Amino acid sequence: MNAPARPRVRLATTSLAGCFGCHMSLLDIDERLFALLDRVEFDRTPLTDIKACGPCDIGLVEGGASNAENVEVLREFRRQCRILIALGACAVNGGLPAQRNHLDLEDCLTQVYLTGPGMQNGRIPDDPELPLVLDKVYPLHEIVRVDYFIPGCPPSADAIWAFLTQLLAGQEPVLGHGLIAYD
Amino acid sequence: MSTDLSELVIGACARHGNRPAALLQVLLEVQAELRHIPPEAARRVAECLGQPLSRVLGVAGFYAFLSTTPRGHYHVLFSDNITDRMLGNMDLLARLCEKLWVERGRLSSDGLVSVDTTSCTGMCDQGPALLINGLAIPGVTPERLNLIAELILARLPLESWPRELFVIQDHIRRKDMLLNHDLAPGDALRASLARVCEPGSPVEAAANERSWREGIPTGALCATLGTLEEIKRANLRGRGGAGFTTGMKWEACRNAPGPDRYVVCNADEGEPGTFKDRVLLSVHADLVFEGMTVAGYVIGARQGFLYLRGEYRYLLEPLRAVLARRRAAGLLGRGILGQTGFDFEIDIHLGAGAYVCGEESALIESLEGKRGIPRNRPPYPVTHGYLQRPTVVNNVETFCAAALIARHGGDWYRRVGTDRSAGTKLLSVSGDCARPGIYEYPFGTTVRQVLADCGAENTQAVQISGPSGVCIAAGEFDRRIAFEDLPTAGAFTVFDQGRDMFEVARNYSHFFAHESCGFCTPCRVGTTLLRDTLDKIAAGHGTRHDLAEIDRLNRVLRMGSHCGLGHTACNPTLDTLKRFPQAYERRLKAMDFVPAFDLDGALAPARRMTGRDDAAAHLATEARE
Amino acid sequence: MTDTFLLDDQTVPFTPGQTVMQAALAAGHHIPHLCYHPEFHPHGSCKLCTVKVNGRNATGCTVPAQTGLKVENDIEELRTLRQALVQMLFAEGNHFCPSCEISGNCQLQALGYDLGVMSAGFRHFFPRRPVDASHPDILLDFNRCILCELCVRASREVDGKDVFAFSGRGIHKHLIVNAATGRLADTQATAGDKAMHVCPVGAILHKRVGFAVPIGERRYDKTPISAQALAFAPRPAVGEGGEA
Repeated sequence: MNAPARPRVRLATTSLAGCFGCHMSLLDIDERLFALLDRVEFDRTPLTDIKACGPCDIGLVEGGASNAENVEVLREFRRQCRILIALGACAVNGGLPAQRNHLDLEDCLTQVYLTGPGMQNGRIPDDPELPLVLDKVYPLHEIVRVDYFIPGCPPSADAIWAFLTQLLAGQEPVLGHGLIAYD
Repeated sequence: MSTDLSELVIGACARHGNRPAALLQVLLEVQAELRHIPPEAARRVAECLGQPLSRVLGVAGFYAFLSTTPRGHYHVLFSDNITDRMLGNMDLLARLCEKLWVERGRLSSDGLVSVDTTSCTGMCDQGPALLINGLAIPGVTPERLNLIAELILARLPLESWPRELFVIQDHIRRKDMLLNHDLAPGDALRASLARVCEPGSPVEAAANERSWREGIPTGALCATLGTLEEIKRANLRGRGGAGFTTGMKWEACRNAPGPDRYVVCNADEGEPGTFKDRVLLSVHADLVFEGMTVAGYVIGARQGFLYLRGEYRYLLEPLRAVLARRRAAGLLGRGILGQTGFDFEIDIHLGAGAYVCGEESALIESLEGKRGIPRNRPPYPVTHGYLQRPTVVNNVETFCAAALIARHGGDWYRRVGTDRSAGTKLLSVSGDCARPGIYEYPFGTTVRQVLADCGAENTQAVQISGPSGVCIAAGEFDRRIAFEDLPTAGAFTVFDQGRDMFEVARNYSHFFAHESCGFCTPCRVGTTLLRDTLDKIAAGHGTRHDLAEIDRLNRVLRMGSHCGLGHTACNPTLDTLKRFPQAYERRLKAMDFVPAFDLDGALAPARRMTGRDDAAAHLATEARE
Repeated sequence: MTDTFLLDDQTVPFTPGQTVMQAALAAGHHIPHLCYHPEFHPHGSCKLCTVKVNGRNATGCTVPAQTGLKVENDIEELRTLRQALVQMLFAEGNHFCPSCEISGNCQLQALGYDLGVMSAGFRHFFPRRPVDASHPDILLDFNRCILCELCVRASREVDGKDVFAFSGRGIHKHLIVNAATGRLADTQATAGDKAMHVCPVGAILHKRVGFAVPIGERRYDKTPISAQALAFAPRPAVGEGGEA
């Protein structure tokens, strides 16, 4: 009922070419979510179902950029968020989706939609509603400026918690042994 | 396997005594004949030299002039130094490709021709230049290019091409004590043999304690020491850029333990913008070999090598002829000038397109037939050089100066130049000036003087000593060519006010990325990242963020690199950024970050495959912030 | 009296012939490294072990220990350099730890953790490097090769087989095997070779054993690599004189 003593930090999250595993890991902070909610207010996230990102303090982006929509969303986050954080392996270096990067996109599309088994009358989807696929999956920092990175597939709940609490306390976040993980 | 190929390989290996150290020379001969190293030839070479195939392939894959995939019957490489660029080499390349129906970097479908670029070929005073099957053609005008295209299409063998295409000018514009020398072949050697050192002097006594060499009479020992003393008294410093004291180097090598010693002449003149060694080897080869022989005499070596860069392949036969003449005159071989025990032979070893081999320990690796990777030091070549034996490696110009000193003495030499930089320096002047060519000056000469002499006007900048040196602007033209101010290996590249100094730096960044040997992490990855960053700025995607990135790369390369290539790779960028910031700033976007690649272009394959071209099928560049 | 030098502010004893790296590890001090291995000739290519020796940058694995040297190792300037080097190696290859079976035993990864490397930092090269699964017991995943040359040295110096070598140069430098076909199966390689047991990353993998030790219980999962320096304490170097 009472308004919080200090203004809450606005936080937005999204998943691009990711698996939502990083979001699951965020939820895995369990009861600490309540402590977090004391400090932050969610803007656009899959948790609130807000579709457009407003001005925010922190943006957490999971997943790399695999298609045009990913790029648009990422740009929106960069425009709106004071601090942009690449969350998880895919955001940091493209992750598993980027393992398509050594394949030729045209070959991929041809095989999946035209020449694969049972594809006698196949065609490559061309509906304007569908976002076009980029030639490669790009890590976020190759498309926009990224302020912080939290590696891991997914980063552990403890790592996310440690990172956010330090950041919210105005410290330069440092993750020690056991919290930094690339896998 | 075909008998021809087999005979070719066996013959090449046999000519080199089937020594593993001859691997690079053997591969060059195979390449010259077959225009590439087919798998079967590689296998056969490995067999003949008793080497693993992987080593043969490793060497073949290292040197730019070797290829394991087929190249054209006529293989054309345009020199791609900034001076060639300024003279329009890229237009000429495009034009040749068009005339011959071939794509750059590809083999024409009939196998007739392939066209590409290569690092500076050392013809900057008569560019734009190219190499055809390894032979240099300078001064390529559109007319000469047409002729070349016609000759290729007519499939005329190179031997039948008009000779004037291959004529290389010397362009000696200013002579001083070296280029004016009056030595006849053997003069320096005779003077050395006749030299007496003060009997009972401490130097002589110290050397006599070690019977460092057998079969030399005491008088000769005195003579070698006396000559070394003259080299030291002359305060001769290496002309390859680093400026190490030659006398100290020779003395350390002479005193190093072990039976065999080697003298190596570094004629791997790869620094873009330098070509003085080419002229010395063309006009004063006797002086070069004489200096090497003096060095052999002083340090007690019986074998010398001239490491000739592959780009100067056309000099091989003339140089061999000089060697043969000297042999016949008793200036090489056994018992030189009748002196028992004074045996010295010189072989010529060809490079194959690797700038890093100009670094002395990489050069030694290459001499041993390996990939040209700079060694870990210590130990240094003076104790562990060629085949881990004591070795002196000096620049072509250093050996010339040493011959002069051997003849005229150290005091005669050091009267010219400055206190800390004795003698003269040959400069390879090119770029925006009326009279490019070779200029010999006493050390201490100002840049302004050189610019006036070569007819440079409205000069914006001079690149001293090539991309690994320093780029100076108009306010610094009173600086002097000397080890204590502007040390240089000789390149002096002039840029007038019309030149875009960003493009100069970008050309050099491509050079370093191409020439990095790949041994150490910072240089292997960093030179490529630097090149890509400058390409990004050139493509209009640059931001302040990229300038910070350049600074970061520089720190990594400078702190961490294995050799000078990496240490200096960022110099041209930093020098021009500092002196000509507007050349960068006008290219930068206001935004703090822009991707390095064309984001909309990254959707092109999907657009092609789906046939879409609607608004959602494009990514616009973001508006400026 | 023992010879000593100063590593940061610690006194480190050494025996003549030892390098700074050998002496430091023997005394339990970690100097980050990837291409160094106590059983082979030092290489000095990865540059992770760059230290300041009397103020000058040098690789700890190649610089001979000398009395009175002042060696700086654990300082911010070098930490920044080493972070950048790890990032360069990550950017250069295709290192996807979540799908790599060596994760947790990988020295590159462990050094990244230890140095606090949170991203690749640089533009990713995403090179195309097909794997070689031809050999019945060994899988070569060139995507993860960091060009440390340890397998090359091991095969040459210990196995006497020259199974591995490098070709190309600069950013195109790459590992090759000693077979006309280019396939490991056509070399003399066997799973017992020393060369198959020295890869610091996941480029040389033994088939069918990948997950014998579960993720989370691996070498660097429990303890940081810097705390395991003694495990790398030098043994007599192969092919070297009796000095070391």
